[in-house]
Amino acid sequence: MGERFRAALRPAVVVGLVGGVMALLLSLVGMVNAFAGRPIITGVLSMGHTLLFLTALVTGMIAARRVLHASRGAGRPVALPGAALAGLASGFPLAVLVLVGQVVNLRAVLQNANPVLYGLLTFGRDPGAGLPQLVLAGALVGSLGGALTLLPGRVSQAVVAGLGTMLLTGLFAELLQGILWDLGVPAATTRLFMVQKGLTVAGALVTGAAGALVQAVWASQTPKVRRRLDALPPERRRRVNVALAAVGLAIVLWLPQVLGSFLSYVLVLVGLYVLMGLGLNLEVGWAGLLDLGFVAFFAIGAYTLAILTSPETGWLALTFWQALPVAVLVALIAGVILGVPVLGIRGDYLAIATLGFGEIVRLLVGSDWLRPLTGGSQGIAHIPRPVLGNIALIGPQQIYYLVVAGCIIVWFVATRLRNSRLGRAWMAMREDEDVAQAMGINLVQTKLLAYGLGAGFAGVAGAIFAAMIGSVFPHSFQLIISINVLALIIVGGMGSIPGVFVGALFLVAMPELLREFTEYRLFMYGGLLIAMMLLRPQGLWPEPTVRLELAESEEPEVPARVTAATSPGQGD
Amino acid sequence: MPGIRVARRITGTDVAIWVTGAVLITIVVVGSVSTLASGRYTVRHWVDFLVAGLANGSVYALIALGYTLVYGILRMINFAHGEVFMSGAFTSYFLARSLEQSGMLNARPVVSILLLMALSMATSTTVAVLLERVAYRPLRRAPRLVPLITAIGASFFLQYTFRGLYGSGVRGYPQPAILDGEWGVGAMRILREQVLVIIAAALMMVLLYRFVQRTRTGKAMRAVAEDKEVAALMGIDVDRVIVITFAVGAMMAGVAGVLYALMFGQVRFFMGFLPGIKAFTAAVLGGIGNVPGAMLGGIFLGLVESVGPTLFLDGLGIPAPNQLKDAIAFSMLVLVLIFRPTGILGERLAGKKA
Repeated sequence: MGERFRAALRPAVVVGLVGGVMALLLSLVGMVNAFAGRPIITGVLSMGHTLLFLTALVTGMIAARRVLHASRGAGRPVALPGAALAGLASGFPLAVLVLVGQVVNLRAVLQNANPVLYGLLTFGRDPGAGLPQLVLAGALVGSLGGALTLLPGRVSQAVVAGLGTMLLTGLFAELLQGILWDLGVPAATTRLFMVQKGLTVAGALVTGAAGALVQAVWASQTPKVRRRLDALPPERRRRVNVALAAVGLAIVLWLPQVLGSFLSYVLVLVGLYVLMGLGLNLEVGWAGLLDLGFVAFFAIGAYTLAILTSPETGWLALTFWQALPVAVLVALIAGVILGVPVLGIRGDYLAIATLGFGEIVRLLVGSDWLRPLTGGSQGIAHIPRPVLGNIALIGPQQIYYLVVAGCIIVWFVATRLRNSRLGRAWMAMREDEDVAQAMGINLVQTKLLAYGLGAGFAGVAGAIFAAMIGSVFPHSFQLIISINVLALIIVGGMGSIPGVFVGALFLVAMPELLREFTEYRLFMYGGLLIAMMLLRPQGLWPEPTVRLELAESEEPEVPARVTAATSPGQGD
Repeated sequence: MPGIRVARRITGTDVAIWVTGAVLITIVVVGSVSTLASGRYTVRHWVDFLVAGLANGSVYALIALGYTLVYGILRMINFAHGEVFMSGAFTSYFLARSLEQSGMLNARPVVSILLLMALSMATSTTVAVLLERVAYRPLRRAPRLVPLITAIGASFFLQYTFRGLYGSGVRGYPQPAILDGEWGVGAMRILREQVLVIIAAALMMVLLYRFVQRTRTGKAMRAVAEDKEVAALMGIDVDRVIVITFAVGAMMAGVAGVLYALMFGQVRFFMGFLPGIKAFTAAVLGGIGNVPGAMLGGIFLGLVESVGPTLFLDGLGIPAPNQLKDAIAFSMLVLVLIFRPTGILGERLAGKKA
């Protein structure tokens, strides 16, 4: 018994220590410090501590699963203590950091190993009292994670939904209060649940319970509703769908009125990234052409619009509406032109070649050589605002409608494309170029159309972006934008259209709304890209066919010897 | 298909590509001729450019070895290798600073530089081995785009991890007094730090070449690069060889990091990006997967990048051609991939599915 017990607990300790190292990393890069100023529950829990607790929670969940796996089911009674042990272990690296920090001045090298961090890790007490508390809190949260794994799916989903709702309302309490005020909710009512920043204890309980309840009802009712919908005659079902779409559209159009200028601006950014995401999704997700220079087309769209409309360049001074189609066309042609030379390059070489293209475009528009055309490093300013009828679309609240219109059009085009002959040709090409060619697909034409159309979508985004900001600089078109777009389609799910929307909301809106995030944006994106590839390569909202393919292509567990004998070398 | 000549129709794409090539060659020739004819640059200028190019190129070559070794074995572009280089250089800054403060840097410069290199190599190796273990090993059987995307993610993750750990500012890297100044031989003059860079890089490359060619482990590496499954059947521990490959590449990058920091006198979390891409270009240029090719490619790229802006562009009347230095390197990358993906010494890979 003792032997089996120990064997089951070893993975728990390992997982716990790995989790602890993650927590240590989060602390040392400064995230815990940066988020400590943002309360979730005022006076009780800050976002900084929440980061650590989330790490312990996930550690506990993984540990419980590992223990169950290691002991082949016999470990069920050990799983919960295992998770607690993992949580406990995850606190140790942090405790060691604090103890070492008392003796050595780590700050000379590690800028965030400072007393503020030590204070947060010891809950503001001296290490003797604070560190046991930290480790115990880790054990507690770890066992909660273990419990979530062991409880039946429905219960743990409800708990997670409750905790998530509480976390999100706490994080965005400030914004929510503004919105509620605009909606006419009296301040006295709001005050019961939220203070300046963060929730009150009552607010935390109510939002948590509400989230859990909604999830529970949703989980139990959705299948019934869906069954009833499926039972409807097609005519009625279509009417229901149209009604739902109309309600959705009405909400989307009404949003900027409630949200105010800043949140509308955030939504405009999300929209621009959706436009780019749909374009890159077409190239990467459907045609399988990984493009790391995507920002080039965004830049080309923006610069074309700027050159055509701004009085500074003094050429044509067209209006926005006259210049927009030209900008899109120029981006589209640029896509085709850049596509021609790289036609013969495949796979990861293509990614690097396109990365080179993106950087060349940025360096060229910023150079003195092209200054007469692009304004060099000063860029082009005084781009006139779009005018619709006699309303100038000045602020984000007006540009929003432009972006929504753009998104709807591009979304429509993208959906039609996916189901067209061309879309199927792309996917065939993605799966196997040689077979696709053998099936009569013209690779040159198909690839160039993917580059051209994807670039055209990015051109729309670039043109709207230039008109919204009113100026363009080479500095706005860094590689980071390409990485942003890539990250959002991967998080959403490669090849999935709703995934683009989900990814953009998640990866663009969140960092804009949480100012503390801005500095850690690429840290998070990088981590997310790795985590998604390792744990959920199909994305948060995968395309149905991809889901099927991934399920199929999962290689069966063949012993290594057999694989070696039957499969040809990887290098061919 | 050796021995079989496949008749190929000349398509519009081929024509477009060859026209582009002809235009580029014309630009280069016309630019060079008119620059040289203008007589604005003396022999001395060109020698300076060449020496600087050689020094830069040796650093690229050292980094390029890491790309080439990993690609040779895993057929995978380790996009985060530039960050492996950065991690070593950035970490060694703190040691360099304390050595300077204690006066050791100037009193015992050779020992100090060796210490810096040791720390840099150790850090780079740790980062690379962790990266392999955590991010790449689980994905060895995944479709090809998956590890590449992971590597891109790892690149940014590492950059911003080190930004968070060590700060976002540019740090001035202290230089021992012995490296100040220059030596002159006739019309040639060479900065002392450039001498160090070129000699140290050459030494490391010779060591690596001997390691790969002569030792048992080197032989195992070549065997795994040839065919993983057969190598495994011959009793080679493939996982271990892969880890060693990452470590060896990282050691080269660690040395390159210190050399680069001594040459440019500063370190920053973002410093790995450009040298990383350029070293990758160098690896492709020399023929990826090919060790001497990476060395050659690095030096060639360094020379072109240093001489090119002035030689090709100045004569065409393009203002401030040095702004376009990086554009030239990137153009080289794209052009090599288009026209000669095999590189100077490599086998044809880019067009293959591999």
